[in-house]
Amino acid sequence: MTLDPTDRRIVTATQSGLPLVPRPYAQIAAELGIGEDEVCTRMRALQSSGIIRRIAVAPNHYALGMTANGMSVWDVDDARVAELGQKIGDLDFVSHCYERPRALPHWPYNLFAMIHGTSREEVEALRAEVAAILGDACDGNDILYSTRILKKSGLRLRQQKG
Amino acid sequence: MTLDDTDRLILNTLQDGFPIVPNPYEEVAGQLGLTESNLIARLKAMKDARIITRFGPFFDAAAMGGAFCLCAMAVPQNQFDSVVASVNACPEVAHNYERTHHLNMWFVLATEAESEIAEVAARIEQETGYPVLLFPKLQEFFVRFRVAA
Repeated sequence: MTLDPTDRRIVTATQSGLPLVPRPYAQIAAELGIGEDEVCTRMRALQSSGIIRRIAVAPNHYALGMTANGMSVWDVDDARVAELGQKIGDLDFVSHCYERPRALPHWPYNLFAMIHGTSREEVEALRAEVAAILGDACDGNDILYSTRILKKSGLRLRQQKG
Repeated sequence: MTLDDTDRLILNTLQDGFPIVPNPYEEVAGQLGLTESNLIARLKAMKDARIITRFGPFFDAAAMGGAFCLCAMAVPQNQFDSVVASVNACPEVAHNYERTHHLNMWFVLATEAESEIAEVAARIEQETGYPVLLFPKLQEFFVRFRVAA
């Protein structure tokens, strides 16, 4: 699906958030000079095509006391990474899990799993659970704790020309 | 602000999605046993307190013909602030974290076309003088984040 100019304006109008008013889609519609029905129909189409993954809250882990946020990284046998990645992604303390390319020789890790906890001790214990699941399919691992959010803005579409 | 059980329930519920209907807050409030005005007030309070960094649609750049890419750089401490300024000045940088590793800066590029990833990375390399490693997603194994209820 490609975005037509009206879809694009809807994306632009909502990318910093949905209005916290009883009829949020009507407010967006008023800003764009179109009907509430049209906004809802188009947003549903964007959602079914996967352009809108979901409409949801993004919690601030730090403000929730989840002050230890570790990107655990693993060097997993390529033949088993799909099967094991699914298992790791299913763990309820893992928020995101991806297979990514290695950057040899400096970066041997191909599986990335974000682990959030209230302390690094807690994260280390959870990391040991991941290590146990990966077992001898994993040749090495590391963890990178985030120490500062430097930027967090989400996707920004360019203003459309013309 | 301290979160009560209702706030936690709202945070967990609203990670699974929000309806596209004329009165969506009323619908969600009904499911949670709250009033619409209470739900909206609590969301506002959590947003003001920065418990919620964003509430709204999450767009998939790839589905729009664009791309996301995780990138990493090894930046010397005495250059860190100026490199942060250059990297963050790119509108394509969606978020950026400092991490405990030799590769100490990790950011995500979100672009409207796949080809722009390499272009933006090259521009950052040129501006900062440091290499940008690209880690595009090959497969995703995804689970939502939950706060303790």
